[in-house]
Amino acid sequence: MINLSSVLEVAIATHPGMVRSHNEDSIAADAEIGLAVLADGMGGYNAGEVASGIAVELIRTEMKKSLSNKSPEELNGQDAEQLIEAHAARANTAIYQASLSQPHYSGMGTTLVVALWHDNQISVGHIGDSRLYRLRGGALEQITRDHSLLQEQIDSGMITKEQARHSQNKNLVTRAVGIDPEVETEVHTYSVQPGDVYLLCSDGLSDMVTDEDVQLTLSSLAANLPLAAQQLVQQANDNGGRDNVSVILVRIAKDYPARAGLLDRVKAWFK
Amino acid sequence: MAKLILSLEGSVIREIPLDKERITIGRRPQNDIQIENLAVSGEHACVVTILNDSFLEDLGSTNGTLVNGNPIKKHILQNNDVVEIGKYKMKYVVEAAAAGQSAQDDFERTMVMKSIPGKPAAPRAAAAPTSPPTGAPRPAAAAVAPPTFTPRPAAAPTSPPTGAPRPAAATPLTSPPRPAAPAAAAQKPAVAEAQPLATLQLLTGPNAGKEIDLVKNLTTLGKPGVQVAVITRRPQGYFITHVEGALFPVLNGKAIDAQARQLNDHDVIELAGVKMEFFLKR
Repeated sequence: MINLSSVLEVAIATHPGMVRSHNEDSIAADAEIGLAVLADGMGGYNAGEVASGIAVELIRTEMKKSLSNKSPEELNGQDAEQLIEAHAARANTAIYQASLSQPHYSGMGTTLVVALWHDNQISVGHIGDSRLYRLRGGALEQITRDHSLLQEQIDSGMITKEQARHSQNKNLVTRAVGIDPEVETEVHTYSVQPGDVYLLCSDGLSDMVTDEDVQLTLSSLAANLPLAAQQLVQQANDNGGRDNVSVILVRIAKDYPARAGLLDRVKAWFK
Repeated sequence: MAKLILSLEGSVIREIPLDKERITIGRRPQNDIQIENLAVSGEHACVVTILNDSFLEDLGSTNGTLVNGNPIKKHILQNNDVVEIGKYKMKYVVEAAAAGQSAQDDFERTMVMKSIPGKPAAPRAAAAPTSPPTGAPRPAAAAVAPPTFTPRPAAAPTSPPTGAPRPAAATPLTSPPRPAAPAAAAQKPAVAEAQPLATLQLLTGPNAGKEIDLVKNLTTLGKPGVQVAVITRRPQGYFITHVEGALFPVLNGKAIDAQARQLNDHDVIELAGVKMEFFLKR
């Protein structure tokens, strides 16, 4: 049975922001199975929050089911990536079907970022412009690369990152969950070090608060994760809060190898 | 839609709507904007418009292109930018910027663009709005699209949101208190810069007399692992919050709780055995 609750410290915060009246973001984190999910929904009426709610709830419950009968050593990076892909695909199908069956859900969709910690590693899958950042040794690094028009313009050399901050096209994503019958999740696995702080966030944070301020907040307040999460949301709102803002913070308290003892490792080697 | 207002020595010559993906500026007649002046190169510059962004590029002109007085090679135009080519000026104006806040808000909502390889752009709405949006939403999203992209509004918001509670999937843990004056938040960043500079002067301890300027949005104080507090600079002032440690900071002789507390001029803070005074510099 996987239990990472003594290893992962988790804090979450979500807020509608200063302009919007409802919150279309959905978030969930489960330290025990080492899972964090964040989705930023889009669509008329409350369809946006329906789409992000379906994605987060489905991935949380299904992932828990998939992992409940697994021991830590049964889950390697490849398995974790496959799990993320499979559950993102199910969320896509569920949202797509719902949007076909209900006229007022028509065209709804959501971004998604899913992180799964296992065996001193993190596997992350994402679709759209919700992001994963990592603070390591005081330096903040953006791990995911947005599926957005802006990112494509940056990649093609059309504009610089600095210019991108002033762009009017921040709201155009090139990939989303639930829009088409199928969606491709971008999944990668990275090694984890004790002391790392991971940040999952919606564009309501990354558009409103500079990377420098995020870095300053995380490195100053890593000792009090709930306060750090609250501060990030507050800064986004102080800067205008033009969109819903959601953050999940996960700090790695210590190593968590799947095979702790030497004997285990030798056994695994002979398997 | 955005436009350029061409003027010479203060008098407006004409307005040029940026309704094509590429608009060229130069002395030769085949340019979209022809300026017959010897200081202007044959093919001087061009403006490429993609959705809401317009990019100005100098095409290797002899005398260069200025934006707001600075020479540029490539520039992403911002509302009210002034482009100078020779003695001519062109002001870049985004008309919809002044349209109602709600239209603006709807527009900012995240939308999906689908890439259809090999097909020219053909806008296609995913969900028909049940009522036409009020105000004048910027047409750029539907009008000009780069090849291989189909802008596709995820859905048009039909009525003012009812404020339905969010699904239980996510539990909001900590919603920050809303600032008292939301008006102050209407403008983007740099709000914090409007704050008067504040300083902490240490009153006791080995560094007594030393001053710490609170120049960052967050300043942490104390000893990590023992007692730490943070002072945050916000549009509505400076706030102190407990971060870690069994003891909470003492403000004017009274221990504070987990909530953030606003600091007033000449407040005395006691933290990790050191007293310090907060004051605003005028």
